Amino acid sequence: MKQTISVLVENRAGVLGRITSLFSRRAFNIDSLAVGVTDDPAISRITIIVDNGNSVVEQVEKQLNKLVEVIKVRTLDESSMIGRELMILKVSANAKTRNNIMTICDICGAKVADISPTSMTMELSDTPDRVNTFEEMMRPFNILEVARTGMIALQKGGGKI
Amino acid sequence: MEMTGAQILVEGLLREKVDMIFGYAGATICPLADVLRSTPQLGYTLVRNEQNAGHMASGYARVTGKVGVCIVTSGPGATNLLTGIATAYMDSIPMVAITGQVPSHLLGRDIFQEVDITGAASPFSKHSYLVKDAADLPLILKEAFYIASTGRPGPVLIDVPIDIQEQVVKDISFPETVSIRGYNPSVRGNDKQIAHVAEAICQAERPVICAGGGVFLSDAMLDFETFAARTRIPVVTTMMGLSLLPTDHPLNMGMIGTQGNVCANKALAKSDLLIMIGTRAADRAIFSPEEIQRRMPSIHIDVDPAEIGKNIQTEIPLVGDVRVILQQLLKRDLTTRCTPWLTQLQERRKEELNREYPVRAGSVFPGRLLRLLGERLQEKAAVCVDVGQNQIWACKHLWLKGGRFLTSGGLGTMGYALPAGVGVKVAQPDRQTVVICGDGSFQMAMNELAAVRAGNMDLKIVLLENGVLGLVNQIQKTAPYHGPFGVSLDGSPDFAAIAAAYGIPSITVGEEGEVENALDRFLAEKGSCLLIAKVDPTVTTSD
Repeated sequence: MKQTISVLVENRAGVLGRITSLFSRRAFNIDSLAVGVTDDPAISRITIIVDNGNSVVEQVEKQLNKLVEVIKVRTLDESSMIGRELMILKVSANAKTRNNIMTICDICGAKVADISPTSMTMELSDTPDRVNTFEEMMRPFNILEVARTGMIALQKGGGKI
Repeated sequence: MEMTGAQILVEGLLREKVDMIFGYAGATICPLADVLRSTPQLGYTLVRNEQNAGHMASGYARVTGKVGVCIVTSGPGATNLLTGIATAYMDSIPMVAITGQVPSHLLGRDIFQEVDITGAASPFSKHSYLVKDAADLPLILKEAFYIASTGRPGPVLIDVPIDIQEQVVKDISFPETVSIRGYNPSVRGNDKQIAHVAEAICQAERPVICAGGGVFLSDAMLDFETFAARTRIPVVTTMMGLSLLPTDHPLNMGMIGTQGNVCANKALAKSDLLIMIGTRAADRAIFSPEEIQRRMPSIHIDVDPAEIGKNIQTEIPLVGDVRVILQQLLKRDLTTRCTPWLTQLQERRKEELNREYPVRAGSVFPGRLLRLLGERLQEKAAVCVDVGQNQIWACKHLWLKGGRFLTSGGLGTMGYALPAGVGVKVAQPDRQTVVICGDGSFQMAMNELAAVRAGNMDLKIVLLENGVLGLVNQIQKTAPYHGPFGVSLDGSPDFAAIAAAYGIPSITVGEEGEVENALDRFLAEKGSCLLIAKVDPTVTTSD
C-alpha cells in the first residue's frame, strides 16, 4: 500500500543524502521523493511516497526520527491530505491531431506550455492518479518526453504537522 | 579572544573533560597535532592501525562510561578507522572521531589522501559533521559529545579540513549547554506503561528477564541487580549483557541464543512473559522472533523507540532510559509469584554449571581453561573477548564473578579484543584486564602489542591457538557446504617469539594437566604476559 510521509528537516547541506542513504541501508523502497524549502528558510519539507506494509512504514518513521536533522515526521492519511504532482509532457502534434489533444487537455485541466509545428508541451498539476490518466490519454499521440516532480502534500484543514 | 580551529578543538576536548586520545598522525591533522604537542594534560595513545584507535576508544568508553575519542588523518587514515566506527555503532558505544581532511577549497577534486568520510560513515555513525567554518567548532564539539553520549549512545564523526584547523577566529565563545530541535531522547518512562509493566510482572507465573548491553550503557547495573533480586525473576542475557550478574548468581540462567546456554534457552522458550531490557533482540540472541511472539507476550524496555517492534513485536513497549525506568518500577509493588518456576530453572542451571570437562592428552580443552581462568580472576576484572570460537567458548565457559565482559557483539569484528584491552588499561591501569583471542583474531591486531609495550601495561593475553579459523571451519563443515576452504592459518608465526620481540614474556601450555599451574604463573606475572594454549583444532563450540 502506498503511503505518504511528510518530513520537516533542517535546511542544510547533506541532509537529503542522509535520508536517501537511510532508505537504501534499511532496504525501504521509495516511490517518489520531493524536497523544497518551507516558509521558514531554515526548514525544508520532504514528501516521500513509500510502497510497503504498515509495519515497515512505522519503522521508516522511527528511523527518520533518529536522524538528528529531522525535526518532525508524519504519515499523512490519504483522505485528509492535499497531494499534488506536477508533470510536463511533450507529444508529437500536427494540424490533424492538435484539436484532439486540446480536447483531452480541456477535460483533464492541462495547460499548453509550448507549441511547435511538430509538437505540443503540456503542464498538469493534479493528484498522481489523474496525472497518470492524462499520460495514458496522451500515449496514442506519441509521447516524446515526460518529466514528473513526485508528489508534494499537506494535510487538509487548519492543522500542521 | 583569538584562536585557531585546532586550538578550539583542543579547548573543546578539555571542556568535555577528555583525558585520553587514541590516534595516528598524518599530514592533514598536523595543525591539531601541533596544539596537542603543547597540551600535556591530554594523554595520547599511538595505535599501529587506525581501526584499533576505534576499538581502544571503545574499551575506554565501556569501562568509564565516558566518550571515547580518536583522532586520525584524512584518506586512508579515515577509511581504516571506518571498521572501528562501525563496530562502535553496532554496540552503541559513545565515541567522537575527529578526522583531518584536505583543504576545504579542494574538496571534491580527488586530491592526495582525500576521501568523503562523512559520506562513507553515514550508514553506521549516529551523526557527522563536515566543518566549513572554524567559528562553528565550539558548538559542533558540544553537540557531538552530547549526541554521542545521550539517548542511545553511538559514534559521531567530525571531519575537519586542514585550512579550518588553521583558520583564526576572533571573539570565540564556548556554549555551556546545547539544544538541538530534532534530537530529544526520551528519559522517563510513560507512567501508564510503567503501571502496565508492573501489573504484567506480578501476574506472570513464568516470567523471564532478557537483559542486554543497554543496561551497561545507561549505567543501570546496580538498579538492575536490585530489580532482579526484588522480583525474583530469572534472568537470561544476550552476549552484550554478559557479566551483568555473576555466573553463579542464583537468578542468572546464562546467555540465550544459537550459541548460548541450554538452560537460558529453555527458560526463554517456556516462559509466559518475556521482559526485554536494553536489547534489540537480534538474530544471534533470538533466532526466531516469530516463534517467541506466538508463544508469549513481551515487554520491551529500550531508549531507542526504533528498536521496539523492529526485530520482535511487543505487547507493552516502554521507551526511556533503562536506569530511570528501573527506578520508576522499583517504586511500585513488585510482588511476583514465580518462585516455583525459578526453583525449577535453578536445578537445571546447577547441572549445567557443574558439568565435567573432557580431558584430552596433548592439547588444552578451551572450555575448561576459560572456566579455571574465570575462577582465578579478581571480582572486578575486565575481560576483552575477540570474535570466533574463542568468543563462543568464553560466553559459555568463562566463569564471571561480575566485572566486565567486553566483546564486539554486534558487528563481530575480529581483532577487537587486544585494542579494547589497551583502552581499558589506559582508563584504569590498576584494573585486572584479560584479553582472550584465537590465533586468527590475534593476528589481526597483534601490531598493537606495541601500544601495550609503550604503555608499560599489565595486560594479560590468552591466545587459544589451534591453527585454524575455527568458527568458519565449523560452518564450512556443515551442509550445504562441502568442506573447509581458506581457513587453515598456514604461515602463522611463533607467537612466543612475537611476544618476546615486543619484550613481553609468554607461557605455553599444551597439556590439560598443566593448565592450573600455567594460569597461576600467568596471572602472577608482574607486567603483561601472553598465555599460549595449544587447542585441538577438532574441538568445536558444541563440545
